[in-house]
Amino acid sequence: MTQSVVVQVGQCGNQIGCCFWDLALREHAAVNQKGIYDDAISNFFRNVDTRVVSDGDSISKGRISSLKARAVLIDMEEGVVNEILQGPLRDVFDSKQLITDISGSGNNWAVGHKVFGSLYQEQILEKLRKSAEHCDCLQCFFIIHSMGGGTGSGLGTFLLKVLEDEFPEVYRFVTAVYPSNEDDVITSPYNSMLAMKELNEHADCVLPIDNQSLFDIISKIDLVVNSGKLGTTVKPKSLVTSNVGTVTKRHKKPFDAMNNIVANLLLSLTSSARFEGSLNMDLNEISMNLVPFPQLHYLVSSLTPLYTLADVNIPPRRLDQMFSDAFSKDHQLIQADPRHSLYLACALIVRGNVQISDLRRNIERLKPALQFVSWNQEGWKTSLCSVPPVGHSHSLLALANNTCVKPTFMELRERFMRLYKKKAHLHHYLQVDGMEESAFAEAVSSLSALIQEYNELDATKSMPVPDVPRLSVAM
Amino acid sequence: MSIVTVQLGQCGNQIGFEVFDALFRDTQCSPGLCSKRENEAYQASCKERFFREEENGVPVARAVLVDMEPKVINQTLSKAGQSGRWKYGQHACFCQRQGSGNNWAYGYSVHGPKHEESIMNLIQKEVEKCDSLSGFFIIMSMAGGTGSGLGAFVTQKLQDQYSSSLKMNQIIWPYRTGEVIVQNYNSILTLSHLYRSSDALLIHENDAVHKICAKQMNIKQISFRDLNQVLAHQLGNVFQPTYSEDGSSHYRRDPLGDLMEHLVPHPEFKMLGVRNIPQMSENFLAYSTFTWPGLLKHLRQMLISGAKMEEGIDWQVRPPFSGLPPLGKMSVHKDLHFNTSIANLVILRGKDVQSADVEGFKDPALYTSWLEPVHAFSMWKTPRAFDKYEKSAALVSNSQLLVKPLDMLVGKAWNMFASKAYIHQYTRFGMEEEDFLDSFTLLEQVVASYGSLGP
Repeated sequence: MTQSVVVQVGQCGNQIGCCFWDLALREHAAVNQKGIYDDAISNFFRNVDTRVVSDGDSISKGRISSLKARAVLIDMEEGVVNEILQGPLRDVFDSKQLITDISGSGNNWAVGHKVFGSLYQEQILEKLRKSAEHCDCLQCFFIIHSMGGGTGSGLGTFLLKVLEDEFPEVYRFVTAVYPSNEDDVITSPYNSMLAMKELNEHADCVLPIDNQSLFDIISKIDLVVNSGKLGTTVKPKSLVTSNVGTVTKRHKKPFDAMNNIVANLLLSLTSSARFEGSLNMDLNEISMNLVPFPQLHYLVSSLTPLYTLADVNIPPRRLDQMFSDAFSKDHQLIQADPRHSLYLACALIVRGNVQISDLRRNIERLKPALQFVSWNQEGWKTSLCSVPPVGHSHSLLALANNTCVKPTFMELRERFMRLYKKKAHLHHYLQVDGMEESAFAEAVSSLSALIQEYNELDATKSMPVPDVPRLSVAM
Repeated sequence: MSIVTVQLGQCGNQIGFEVFDALFRDTQCSPGLCSKRENEAYQASCKERFFREEENGVPVARAVLVDMEPKVINQTLSKAGQSGRWKYGQHACFCQRQGSGNNWAYGYSVHGPKHEESIMNLIQKEVEKCDSLSGFFIIMSMAGGTGSGLGAFVTQKLQDQYSSSLKMNQIIWPYRTGEVIVQNYNSILTLSHLYRSSDALLIHENDAVHKICAKQMNIKQISFRDLNQVLAHQLGNVFQPTYSEDGSSHYRRDPLGDLMEHLVPHPEFKMLGVRNIPQMSENFLAYSTFTWPGLLKHLRQMLISGAKMEEGIDWQVRPPFSGLPPLGKMSVHKDLHFNTSIANLVILRGKDVQSADVEGFKDPALYTSWLEPVHAFSMWKTPRAFDKYEKSAALVSNSQLLVKPLDMLVGKAWNMFASKAYIHQYTRFGMEEEDFLDSFTLLEQVVASYGSLGP
């Protein structure tokens, strides 16, 4: 069995991370009734006997004593991390796996990347090595951060290079929160652009998320729940939207429900690696199947259902609805419409009591309305995991490598150019030691090259499928 | 003689379990149609072939389980153990922590060499427990990384180490529309390598088995378990004991050897398919009766028209009249209507089997001209019924049945290769574009060879 380590950077990264660990504990508590430390739990948690005053050596089998998250928490301000450490999840985190500072990055990528990067490089390396040592077989680093700020964006992407050099065999999956239109951080376009270059070059796979989409999804759910339309069929304790039963007794903060969705995304992504099923999918298969060319590693995700469906015997129509929803633009976690763009590849990760025939029926049904690139007309990767998320009988995570990410990047470039043309706020960046103006130009050209690749693919959309002449053999 | 089975990857292990279970359940079936003595001989023969005895009397499957991650093997071992009827050997499995990531190159070039010694040792131990080894079954899928890549590697090593034993690979052909996006690459690499190192490829198509589940077995929500059980039934029908000769009362010693001898006369033609009749849900079985003429007529038409199951057979297809001038070689890329065979094997089990008339299968029009029909066609039989079927017939065929799927597979893989998509995932583990080209060349040759078979 493999293990994964979560590295949460910055305010956004840590808040999402916190939701994630809470959910992960709930999920494993629901599945693992006997309290035995097994391979599934070991994916994200260590088992530690806290009575022993050593370096918290891990216990590999037997009853669960004390679970420690395989996590590294990094923030250049103390507020968020302190809150976590004072909250009910404090025992889940190993106090030695934190890196904090006081002053923050001032929403400045250069401060996060260059200043804090060099200041904390040794410490970062040490904490990462420690967490890797605790793993039998480390497969993946999940890095969570926002793009628009300073710490998550700057220090988070600095980390990527460190991980690539130090652990070249381990996958780097980045969950990156992109700024939405109403973002109130003026310099977010600069930060995002500079971070994008790092993601282009050093991440294996990026799952872009944006707050606007999450917000829209939550609003829709609230609307439906409050309207009473679903009536008694909605289980309020759904793992997806509700905090009822959480360890943390936070008051309802605006980002909680949104972060929950992202946390669910990460749990679903790893579900088939942790739990059994008739068609398993490990994390290394995601990269293998969904990244046809190294630069095109941005995956649009959608998660359904977002509120619990009624009960045990779901008639097939309801199940099929779940598949339809996964392809609607309302369920995507970024502002994107995959249906009207070009698919390079698509993965369907199904959890719960769903069989291969249900999966195939829905693929056949939905396929005609979707456009796939000519060399990958049947580009579907599927997986079936028997264990559903808590509070649901089944769920679906769809990951699409689709040209519909292009608008997000183009908008980013536009917002960047508006600021950059006027050289607004540039001095804040250039006065940082090691930061040159050429970095900006390089970042833009990196993004432009990426957009160009998507353009070229889009151009093939309405063309007929080319007939590639086969090898002819002498008989 | 005994057969050692190597189960590779998730697919191989899930299917392997169902196969042993089907074989064992059949031996425990009450005979009804043959004498007690005959039944005991049947059971003994099956046991010797596929199981060995352990001290406490629970039969142990002659199998080695290999997977690069532990979940499936753990499940398989516990399912077998739970049944209490048979089990796997305690130390018969090899497992790692991290899978092959659907990457043929990883399975073949990384896992293969790294674990060669351990895996071959395990197989050696199992072989040593056989009095006499007939050969190996290697059960694997083509679409993934372990079954396909590591499977190809292991088959090669078996050829090196056990050159006098036979190897039959049970290959699972994935659903046409993706289980895995890079399945076409993995498949062509697997097939081309196995063509060089295996003795016969017995191919099972997921699409075909799925249709059987839907149309013949009437299963509403088809699961992989259903597919695997149908497949296991087909294999059991082929490999359970049969009499060695007409009129003999001894069971055939070496089915694998006999099968190879009859069905694979030429190394260029190694692809075999299985057809099984009847195949239906148990509920309907109780109300159905079958006659040998009826069953054999359907089976013959399934062969001629290339049908995968009884329902929807195209009765319009007929063999060309012998004596008329040939119409010229049929192009592979047009619709192949009539399925020309190189060799066929029909296996009959059950009531009144001695009355079954198989003359229809000896028609020279069905075959290429190389072999006399008396050599191209063979039949095995036993009055002992299989599973719950009073009468059942299986057909193992070396014919053009698989040309169309193979042609489509090569076409799709080639299309993807032309765009160079995903190639970097393979080259990072030591493969080169040359390796792909070699595979394409070999398979185009196979397609052309099978396609040009005519009467």
